[in-house]
Amino acid sequence: MDFGPFLLLAVMEGLVSAAVLALTASGLSLVFGIMRVVNVAHGEFFMLGAVLAWFVSQFVPGPAALSFALALILCPLVVGLLAAIADWAVLKRLNYEPEATIVATIGILYILQQAALSLFGPDARPVPAPVDFRVQLPWFGYAGYKLVVVAAAAMILTLLWVVLSRSRAGLIMRATQEDRDMARAFGINVDRVYAGVFALGAALAAMAAVLVVPITQAHYLMGGDPLLLSFITVIIGGLGSLRGTLIAAIVIGLTDGIVSTFFAPTLARIVATLAVALILVVRPQGLFGRTAP
Amino acid sequence: MTARILWTHVGALAALLAAHVLLPAYHHGNLARIMVLAIYATGYNIAFGYTGLLSLGHALFFGAGLYAAGLTAYYTGLPGWLALLAGPVAGGAVALALGSFALRTAGVAFMIVTLMFAQAFHLAILYLGRWTRGDEGLVIARASRQLFGLDLADGSVRFLVAWALFALTMVAALIIARSGLGRVMVAMRENEERSRMLGYDPYMTKLIALGLSGAMSGLAGGAYALLFGYVGASLASVQYSILPLLYVLLGGAGTVLGPLIGTVAMFYLIDLASNVTDAHQLVTGAALVLLILFAPRGILGSIRDRFARWIP
Amino acid sequence: MDSMTLLETHDLTRHFDGIRAVDGVDLSLRQGEIHALIGPNGAGKTTLVSLLSGRIRAQSGRILFQGRDITAMPAHRRVRLGIAYTFQITQIYRALTVFDNVALAVQWQRPANAAAMVMEALERVGLQAERDAIAGTLSYGHQRLLELAMGLALNPRLLILDEPTQGLAESEIARFDAIVRSVVPQATVLLIEHNMDVVMRLAQRITVLDLGRVLATGTPEEIRANRAVQAAYLGE
Repeated sequence: MDFGPFLLLAVMEGLVSAAVLALTASGLSLVFGIMRVVNVAHGEFFMLGAVLAWFVSQFVPGPAALSFALALILCPLVVGLLAAIADWAVLKRLNYEPEATIVATIGILYILQQAALSLFGPDARPVPAPVDFRVQLPWFGYAGYKLVVVAAAAMILTLLWVVLSRSRAGLIMRATQEDRDMARAFGINVDRVYAGVFALGAALAAMAAVLVVPITQAHYLMGGDPLLLSFITVIIGGLGSLRGTLIAAIVIGLTDGIVSTFFAPTLARIVATLAVALILVVRPQGLFGRTAP
Repeated sequence: MTARILWTHVGALAALLAAHVLLPAYHHGNLARIMVLAIYATGYNIAFGYTGLLSLGHALFFGAGLYAAGLTAYYTGLPGWLALLAGPVAGGAVALALGSFALRTAGVAFMIVTLMFAQAFHLAILYLGRWTRGDEGLVIARASRQLFGLDLADGSVRFLVAWALFALTMVAALIIARSGLGRVMVAMRENEERSRMLGYDPYMTKLIALGLSGAMSGLAGGAYALLFGYVGASLASVQYSILPLLYVLLGGAGTVLGPLIGTVAMFYLIDLASNVTDAHQLVTGAALVLLILFAPRGILGSIRDRFARWIP
Repeated sequence: MDSMTLLETHDLTRHFDGIRAVDGVDLSLRQGEIHALIGPNGAGKTTLVSLLSGRIRAQSGRILFQGRDITAMPAHRRVRLGIAYTFQITQIYRALTVFDNVALAVQWQRPANAAAMVMEALERVGLQAERDAIAGTLSYGHQRLLELAMGLALNPRLLILDEPTQGLAESEIARFDAIVRSVVPQATVLLIEHNMDVVMRLAQRITVLDLGRVLATGTPEEIRANRAVQAAYLGE
């Protein structure tokens, strides 16, 4: 293949990574932005979404498209509910004290990972794609489902954007983010908002996982990479800024896709990780953030 | 030093020796491993327990010591004591280098920065698989695991060397905790701004503490490589950054004996749990959540609060 | 700079987001005096002493201490040079004993008998009986005294007291007067204080700050008689 088509393929692969990353990272960003919680278990919520999608695909009869649509609705709901329980049972009781919260979410990470290993097993398992067609370009054929992933992610993110900026729920979230005590004084049930935001963040990760699982397969250790990449995205995008997170996700997803087509992915990961650590040292508010958190 | 402090710690060391003599052979290998991990936890405690530096990247220092000692023993014909010494030197040097960057941040940013650096190191080990053989790791030959004519592959020797290294580390921790430096470290943990206005440089104090912590962690890594004859990337993974945090939280942060108590307790908790279930990660996770929720002071920390304020 | 001057500032300036907290201040403290810094809320008093102690950096201007330019020196080194600062909001190590709190102030001086030096500082504020108490369990008044003892134990050339009598009872203030008087003339005291009785009783000289600028400097009598001060502050 010539360089031109090769680059096109790399960009298309990058777009898929970017779409999945944008969904996952916006969940992490939302939780950090509104609750000031660094959720280390975020990658496990992603993993749970994929694993649950496999269960749905196994136990729901009928065409793949139907069971997949069901998974896309059901898995985020279940994962969100789990997250809300974790918030109520653990994080709330720690009064969202930052360092204690991180230690607790590490514990939750282990528990969820073990639960997946025990119930799902150590093997990677495939989930059938809901649609099966190929887009034939002059130079290569391309799985049509990957384009569906990009479109679906774009739709979900647009919907999220509208909800956050236009709806009453979004207004309440932003008010809570501005000033927790003031929001409480205005009669907002802050506990419920926090549980809801934590659930929404986890549900976004789960949605991303359901979308991507027909491409990557489900595995109980699959949460590590999305966690690391989401961290990188959220930090570069400016901690807690959704707009910055989306831009960063597109840049990083594309870069990751292109770079790993041409170079060793591990080396790219090393460089990205070190770069992010240095960014945090020099600009603790993130690369595009305006004020310190 | 008051007599009861001295006797408490000498007693703990004697109890470990006695355990070696009295307990069935099954425990000997366990105890050697526990003591190496307790060295690691003791080092972690210098940073986290005494100075208040919550690092999520200590696997970097443990791993630096592990690979410094392991690669020296595997690839060179240098004597065992030099390979062992490479552990703390590498751990301390890496900690000082990391600290000079990371200590410009605090709190959550510090946690993430240390996590990221350790992650980069872990990935680098995988990337340099030609020399490290990545996750599969290297097995160090018995001939390269000699320390002053002692065969470290022998069970009894291994136990005694682990015990001696732990004793050395514990005494060092005790001296640090009761020194002027130890007091300033605690002062930084309790109130950094106040300490600055009493004439202490927060950055330097934390850097020294992190260097000492890194050297002890590196010693643990080096001891692990030579005593158990194996170095692998999984020993430098993020799990190995969480383990010492767990041990220290369980045993009691900011106490000299807490790391040992936490390591023993956690090790046997997981050991017991494996009889019932193979879900040892569940034990780890649940222990972390329950400790941070209900007993953030740990075993020895709670005892100190209620009964014995003199425990250092 | 004459030999009687301990510290002086030239055109010292610090703005926050366009607010001129300290705006071109020239201040001079004499060796061994009690110098009060007064002014309405928001006049820039705490910002000014934060600049002197190094807790925040100056944007422009200079600070000279014993003839030496310390404008860029970090706070902890200024403390070792002899500039001690006691906090407006009590900052003690609540989890440590009273003794350890003061010992931390003594330790870096490496005295021959550190314990004796700690006890001496505790005796000066009358807390010697509380030496083994956990600092956080002390009454508010005693915590203020402990804060003061830590300042004294630093053996400073200049002791900066930021609203030391805030929240103290009358009887405690009388004790405080005596302690501050005992510091001079070996050292100098810079006192930020809202309680005018305390200021008029203790201060040899007073500097009045308003909107980040020096309105007047002089003896208590001169300040009382100053019309600009009356308009801006005393007559409010």
